[in-house]
Amino acid sequence: MSAQQVLFDAPGPKGKRRIFIGNIAGVLLVAGLLAYVVVALAGQGQFAAAKWTPFLEGRTWEFFILPGLLSTLKAAAVAVVTSIVFGLVFGIGRLSHIAPIRWFAGLVVEFLRAVPVLLMMIFLWLALAEVPFITDPIFVAVVTALTLYNGSVIAELVRSGVHGLPKGQREAGMAIGMTPGKSLRSIEIPQALVAMLPAMVSQFVVILKDSALGYIIGYAELLQYSRRLGVGEGNLLQSLLIAAFIFILINFILSSVANKLSTLLSFRTGRKVKKTADTELASAAPVP
Amino acid sequence: MDNFLSLFETYDVAGAFWVNIQLTFWAAIWSFILGTILALMRISPIASLQWFGAAYVNIFRNTPLTVIIAFGILGLWGQLNVVLAEDFQLNFLRLAILGLSIYHAAFVCEAIRSGVNTVPLGQAEAARAIGLSFLPAARLVILPQALRGAVAPLGNVLIALTKNSTVAFAGSVVESSNLMKQMIEFQGDLVIPIFFVFAMGFVIIVVPIGLLTTWLSRKLAVAR
Repeated sequence: MSAQQVLFDAPGPKGKRRIFIGNIAGVLLVAGLLAYVVVALAGQGQFAAAKWTPFLEGRTWEFFILPGLLSTLKAAAVAVVTSIVFGLVFGIGRLSHIAPIRWFAGLVVEFLRAVPVLLMMIFLWLALAEVPFITDPIFVAVVTALTLYNGSVIAELVRSGVHGLPKGQREAGMAIGMTPGKSLRSIEIPQALVAMLPAMVSQFVVILKDSALGYIIGYAELLQYSRRLGVGEGNLLQSLLIAAFIFILINFILSSVANKLSTLLSFRTGRKVKKTADTELASAAPVP
Repeated sequence: MDNFLSLFETYDVAGAFWVNIQLTFWAAIWSFILGTILALMRISPIASLQWFGAAYVNIFRNTPLTVIIAFGILGLWGQLNVVLAEDFQLNFLRLAILGLSIYHAAFVCEAIRSGVNTVPLGQAEAARAIGLSFLPAARLVILPQALRGAVAPLGNVLIALTKNSTVAFAGSVVESSNLMKQMIEFQGDLVIPIFFVFAMGFVIIVVPIGLLTTWLSRKLAVAR
């Protein structure tokens, strides 16, 4: 139930007056907070025109922001594809009726979910630097680390998506003579994929955000380029804010798509099924 | 093997993990306080506070943590001269705790809100029907159930925070991922054993937190 309905009755005249007064106090509080930040920044000369005009010049975008954004998107896009493949393989592995495959997939997924992405990224970067035929170890390290972590999260989504399906689906598959594996592949997984689509799009937000970890190992992505720009132009604060704004914008769009998808798809999964699948999915998806 | 063991004499691995635990501990406390305040704003009937809470969550949930931590050291400290401690390393540590707290507060807020959403409308109606006014209804009926429902998502946030404490590397804090990089750079022949030591360190910290919060959330779950 919505928090509003649980916590509050429809307000009467007295309540409306209180809410109105509270609203004014709230606006003043928020405005005061923003004004304090603005005054503090202005006091340090952060609103000087020279700090912002570089963003009106074409070369700033051409040589710094767009190349940075492009490498961020490139790493994220490759990682999205490889994570889905990894997630499907290990998700199906965790549902296998052959016990050793199930154990192995479970062990790998649980291990990868417990290890910080950054730790894997640094390890892969330094380890791959020694391998002769890899020309761009930094990029490979970023994509591989993102894949290993997010792929194992998607594997969990696949598993909980299948568990969220009504038992009758599997039984129907068996009844028409399918083997457990065949029923899993052609009946359960396709339905689970539809149910988990919103959660998967939310995971893309995590991939895009985590691609910024590449900054730490020297991958030239948006944050890295923004830092270079800021150091060069003497407007580090502004460059970082612009980079953050671009990240927020893209992620906000992706999050909205995920929300739209979950309402659009709710009719396909049916109300009762959707509820159990949703709670399962919510518990499987790690937060950031 | 001797080579490998001597690494632990040269480098303070336990000390590096201790830094991660400190980062996690303080950021957990601050983000819980901030997140609770934000959740209260979002569930209050006051539109301006709702708006502020929603804006905060949407902004910080969609910003990469790396950007926030880098902003702390490059922007707050480097440009605006914000100093949280006289000592150089302690200042970086506190800036990283600030960044981690600001980022995870958005997730704590959503976790608590989702806890409130697990309470059925009938509970509130029943509370009003027996004559409880707003504050007693909230204190005796709704919030106890809401907090129990929030245990599992809050546990997930804590796990994420523990792992994300490594991102403090971007804020020049010498913690475990930073130490691992140093160790691998000086001992290139032991890349894989060194990684496994650090990875297992995190498994040992994270898995019990997961088991504990799952157990707690089942034990405290409201039977419906």
